[in-house]
Amino acid sequence: MSEIPAPRVDPAERFLRRRTPIQRIHHVLHSYPALSPAVVLVLSAIAFAFLNPRFYAPANLSLIAQQVAVVGALAVGQTIIIMTAGIDLSVGAIMVFTAMVMAASASNYGLPGPVALVVGLVVGTLAGGLNGVLVTRLRLPPFIVTLGTLNIFIALTLLYSSGQAIQGPDIPAILLWTGEDISLGSFRITTGVLMMLALYVVFTYILRNTAWGRHVYAVGDDAEASRLAGIAVNRTLLSVYLVAGFVYALGAWILIGRVGAASPNAGTDANLDTITAVVIGGTSLFGGRGIIVGSLLGALIVGVFRNGLALAGVDVLYQTLVVGVLVIVAVATDQWIRRVRA
Amino acid sequence: MTMSGQRVPIIEATGLIKTFGSVVGLDGTDFELYPGEVLGVIGDNGAGKSTLIKCLSGAMIPDAGEIRVDGQPVEFRRIQDARAAGIETVYQSLAVAPALDIAANMFLGRELRRSGLLGSLFRMLDHGEMRRRAADQLQALGIGTIQSITQAVETLSGGQRQAVAVARAAAFGSKVIILDEPTAALGVRESGQVLRLIRDLRDRGLPVILISHNMPHVFEVADRIHIQRLGRRVAVVSPSSTSPSDAVAIMTGASDGSSLPISR
Repeated sequence: MSEIPAPRVDPAERFLRRRTPIQRIHHVLHSYPALSPAVVLVLSAIAFAFLNPRFYAPANLSLIAQQVAVVGALAVGQTIIIMTAGIDLSVGAIMVFTAMVMAASASNYGLPGPVALVVGLVVGTLAGGLNGVLVTRLRLPPFIVTLGTLNIFIALTLLYSSGQAIQGPDIPAILLWTGEDISLGSFRITTGVLMMLALYVVFTYILRNTAWGRHVYAVGDDAEASRLAGIAVNRTLLSVYLVAGFVYALGAWILIGRVGAASPNAGTDANLDTITAVVIGGTSLFGGRGIIVGSLLGALIVGVFRNGLALAGVDVLYQTLVVGVLVIVAVATDQWIRRVRA
Repeated sequence: MTMSGQRVPIIEATGLIKTFGSVVGLDGTDFELYPGEVLGVIGDNGAGKSTLIKCLSGAMIPDAGEIRVDGQPVEFRRIQDARAAGIETVYQSLAVAPALDIAANMFLGRELRRSGLLGSLFRMLDHGEMRRRAADQLQALGIGTIQSITQAVETLSGGQRQAVAVARAAAFGSKVIILDEPTAALGVRESGQVLRLIRDLRDRGLPVILISHNMPHVFEVADRIHIQRLGRRVAVVSPSSTSPSDAVAIMTGASDGSSLPISR
């Protein structure tokens, strides 16, 4: 076996290897996908502080954290589904359905709080699993499957609850625990916020350091190649939807704590909010690429923009308009970053 | 080529049938691979080369027929079954995840975990060990042109990707390595490297099945050549006693090969 001599670098190759400043930026952004949302978050926070110094008041920052808690938690589930080149439109519907099941199990059926919580976690997981079964067994596109289950779970929620919210006094303490305040100096966050942050820590570890995490990326990157490499593609996909369902159930728990009630009408639009967070966070809608903490940054960016613009006295419609622009800019940036030289 | 005599084939298939609706992929194909040889498999488009190889590698389940490994009947329901029997395949598509790095791709589907509690309870991957072994394997195969083992595969050239896929097969294949059209997308210099890799593998005692359209490549490295036509094996010839044009004649049906010495 002979050693191969170091390849001669052709002039053309040297031309291709040249690094203009733009290419250096491109390369860095490609290597660290969370960098661009992080930069946007820092720059926007600085800009809003100039517009209105009250932005930096601990009370305001605490408020942003609490506002972001539910969408941030749900975005964890949405992110792993999008990483498999899927999408979940039913995230908000599953969360609200699960929240109603949790609250009703306790208030209407008299189950003890912890049991009601476990029932909710199981129901949320199974609801996610239903999406997974339809995607893997019937081989329907995730968009269609979750469009269907979005409507199914909204309807089930309204049928089940007769459109009635369940108020705080009827809800056991453990379900409201996620709304409890924790004081960190002058910051006041809730246990729900901490739970959301813990989800990101756990999933960062799982995606980076376990075989399952690798397979989530690989399946989204190229499902057929993954199959030929010996990955059980359908089992991986099904597990992703089940795990996402469990995460949505935790989101439901955080929602009950945040609102102090379980309402059948609030939160079903979380699907678009989570997709927005995931996309702004740099995860590719084509699957296989992205980083979970980006979705937290994405959720925070939306929260900061809405809050900062409100403090600056900008009309809520313009806030929505700005979020729309952010999404388009984020996806355009993602497309540009993905264009690597082969 | 030498007479195989009573040697037991490493892989043997008899009467393999595979249909896709009304389309016949394999029409009772036989197949033998003997220890220490490079077996070329040639055939026109639609002759059933890929289907045959997919059945042998567990990517497809034949409708009928028998596959034996070391004389023992086996049933490959999944790719993992064939792998467990020591059969590794490099598909034409290479089966690599472009966004993952080289080390991740080499260990895709059989990642190494850390020892102790970190591995068993926290399922933690051993990134360092996987990178080290991936680098060693590429080095052992003389593939030194890759800059970093943590490069994403999509940043590699076609030949480098091929090398990664072959290195993966060589690292895990304990019995047989199957290469499906390994030179189809490559330039002259890169093809030469792959052919040299094939000889290296054989010299290390690993038999290789080489499926290719490229007659010069097959005739350059193969010890025997299996010719597939219309879902059947029509001949097995020796490259030393058969010319490429004769092989093409059998492949296209212009000759039935009866006038040629059959190599077994």
